[in-house]
Amino acid sequence: MRCSLLSLLVPAVILAAAVAAPAQSPTYNVGKPLSQEEIKSFDFMIGPQGQGLPAGSGTAKEGAVIFANRCEVCHGHNGEKGVLRRLVLGSPGKPFRGPFKAEEKDSVAYYPYATIAWDYINRAMPVPKPGSLTHDEVYSLVAFLLYRNGIVQETDVMDAKSLPKVEMPNRNGFVPAVPVYPPDPTKPNWF
Amino acid sequence: MDSNGSGRRRFLKSAAALAGVAAGAGAGAEWAARGQSAPPEAAKPEAAKPEALVKDAQDHRELLRRGARMSVDHITYYTPIQDYGGIITPASLHFVQYHASHFPDIDAEEHRLTIHGMVDRPLSFSMDDLKRLPSVSRVHFVECHANSSPMIHSQGNQNMGPPVQFIHGMASNSEWTGVPLSVLLNMAGVQKGASWLVYEGADPGKFSHTVPLAKAMDDCLVAYGQNGEPVRVEQGYPIRMIVPGWEGPFNVKYLSHIKVVDEPYHTWNESMNHSVVRADIGNKSRWYHFEWGPKSVITRPSAGLTIPGRGYVQITGLAWSGGGKVSKVDVSTDGGASWKEATLQTPVHTKAHTRFTFDWAWDGQEATLLSRCTDERGEVQPSRAELYDHWGISGEEAQKPNRAIHFNAMQPWSVARDGSVHDAMFTS
Repeated sequence: MRCSLLSLLVPAVILAAAVAAPAQSPTYNVGKPLSQEEIKSFDFMIGPQGQGLPAGSGTAKEGAVIFANRCEVCHGHNGEKGVLRRLVLGSPGKPFRGPFKAEEKDSVAYYPYATIAWDYINRAMPVPKPGSLTHDEVYSLVAFLLYRNGIVQETDVMDAKSLPKVEMPNRNGFVPAVPVYPPDPTKPNWF
Repeated sequence: MDSNGSGRRRFLKSAAALAGVAAGAGAGAEWAARGQSAPPEAAKPEAAKPEALVKDAQDHRELLRRGARMSVDHITYYTPIQDYGGIITPASLHFVQYHASHFPDIDAEEHRLTIHGMVDRPLSFSMDDLKRLPSVSRVHFVECHANSSPMIHSQGNQNMGPPVQFIHGMASNSEWTGVPLSVLLNMAGVQKGASWLVYEGADPGKFSHTVPLAKAMDDCLVAYGQNGEPVRVEQGYPIRMIVPGWEGPFNVKYLSHIKVVDEPYHTWNESMNHSVVRADIGNKSRWYHFEWGPKSVITRPSAGLTIPGRGYVQITGLAWSGGGKVSKVDVSTDGGASWKEATLQTPVHTKAHTRFTFDWAWDGQEATLLSRCTDERGEVQPSRAELYDHWGISGEEAQKPNRAIHFNAMQPWSVARDGSVHDAMFTS
C-alpha cells in the first residue's frame, strides 16, 4: 500500500506537466500598457546624440552661481580642487588633452560625449539630494564645467540642440571607438 | 515495491535530519560558534517574515564580519570568502559596492518595472506581475569590476578584514530567482533595429548601465529572490538585474526602467568610471568590458591566516569564469614550478563560483601557493606577468600596484616557516 500513493502521483505529475507546458507564444495577460505621457515623466536616459534631452537651457555664467552653491563643497572652487573628483583640468580656452592616467579620468574633459555630463548630473547630483536640480540648472552646470575645461565659450548657450554638437577633446580616446557586441571574435572576450 | 518504499523512508529520514539541522544550526549556531549570543530576533518566528529580513539587511548587523569602506558617495562591504565553505554566499554576507550615500527605502507595492523605447507595447510591471510570470532559479556569481585590483593590495586596514577578504571579497555567489529578461522583452515586442538596452535603478543616484540586446535575450534575469529569500535591500530589493558572468555594474539594483535603444548609451559608469587607460592601446581607454575571464583564488590558507603545523592541510578556494563552467583548477605549492589538479565540488554551475579542494602535506618549509582556473572554452587564468604583458605594463610600473581593473590574475600566497601566510602578488 505504501506505493499506492506514489503510483497515483506519477500520472498526476505527467498530466500537470502537460498542462503547464507553455504554448509557442504564451500570452500571460500580465503588465499594464504605458502611455507616452507616463513614459515622458520618467524617461531621462540621455543618448550620445542627445536623444531624450528635455527642453531648457543655461550658460556658464548661470552655472557658476549654482556650482558655488551646490557643488563646490565637494568638488572645490571652480571644480579644480576638492574633497572628491577634480572635474576641471585645463582652463578657459586651453583644454586638457591628456594623458588621462588615473585621477585625470574624473574630469569632464575625459568624457567622450558632453551629453554624459547632463545625464549624470541630472540623475545623480548633488549626492545628498540627487534629482533636485531643474533642467535649466543642469544645462547651466554643464555649460559651466565645459567652459572651465576650455571646451566651450563662456557665452555659449547649452540646450538640447547645442549640447550634443559640442566636440569633446577626448572623443577619440576610447577603444573600441564604437562598442560592438560580440567584440573581436579573434581574441578572448575578457582581455 | 520494497526498494521504492525504503527509498521513500530514506528520503523522509534525511528530510527530518535536514530540518533538524536547519532548526538547530541556523543563525544561532553560527553566532554561538563565534562566542556571541544569537541576536534575540533570530529565535522568533517573525524573523522569517520578508519584512523582518529586509529590516535585518537595513540594520547592517553583519557589518563587523564583512569589513567596510565608506566615503561620501560610496558604501563598500566585503564578503569574508575565507570563512565559509561550499559555493553559496549567505545573503547577509554578499558584498556591496554602492554608489550613493544611503540605501533606498522602496515600497514593493508601489515599485514598478517599465520597458519602453524601441518596443511595440511599452509595459509596466508590478512586483506581483513579475511573480506571476515563468520564473527560473540559477546560481551565478556577481563580482565588482574592481575586485582584486592591484591597487587594493597595499590599501588594507583593520576595518576591511584579512587580505583575501578585501582583495578578492567583492565577489559573491547566490542562487538568484526571477523572470528571464527575454520573457519581458518578448512581451513588449522588441522592434527591428534595436541592439542595446539602457536601464536604471531607483536608488538615489539612479545608477544606470548599458547592455547589448543579444546578452539581454540570452541569459539575463530580473531577480526578486536570492538564496530562497527576497533580494535584500543592499542587493536591490525588490528587484535587480542579473547579467550572468559579466562585470558587477551591469547587475543594476532597484531596477526600475529599461529602455530599448539602437546604440550604446555610454553612461557615466561605463564611459568614465569603469573605463581604463591601457598602454597597449596607445594610452587610450578600454571601455565596454563585458565578461569576467577565468579566475580563482585560494581562500584557505591565505594571507592573514596561519597554518598551525606541518602535516595535512586542505587547500581550498573558489574558481569561476564569466564564459561558462569551470572545467579544471590546478594548484601549485611551489610557486608555479609544478601543478596538480584539484577536486571540484559538483555540480559545477555555469558562470558561478566553483569550490575546489586540494590535499597537501606541508613539510614546514617555505612555499608559495597558487591556483589556476581553466574554463569550458579552454581559456586559462593568466599570471600577473602575462596579464601585465598583455596590457603593456612593464618595467618599474609592473612592480607596483596600479589602478588596473578587470583583474583576474592568479593570486600567489607565500607560506613562511612559522606557518604564517602572506600576499605575494607583488613579491614573487
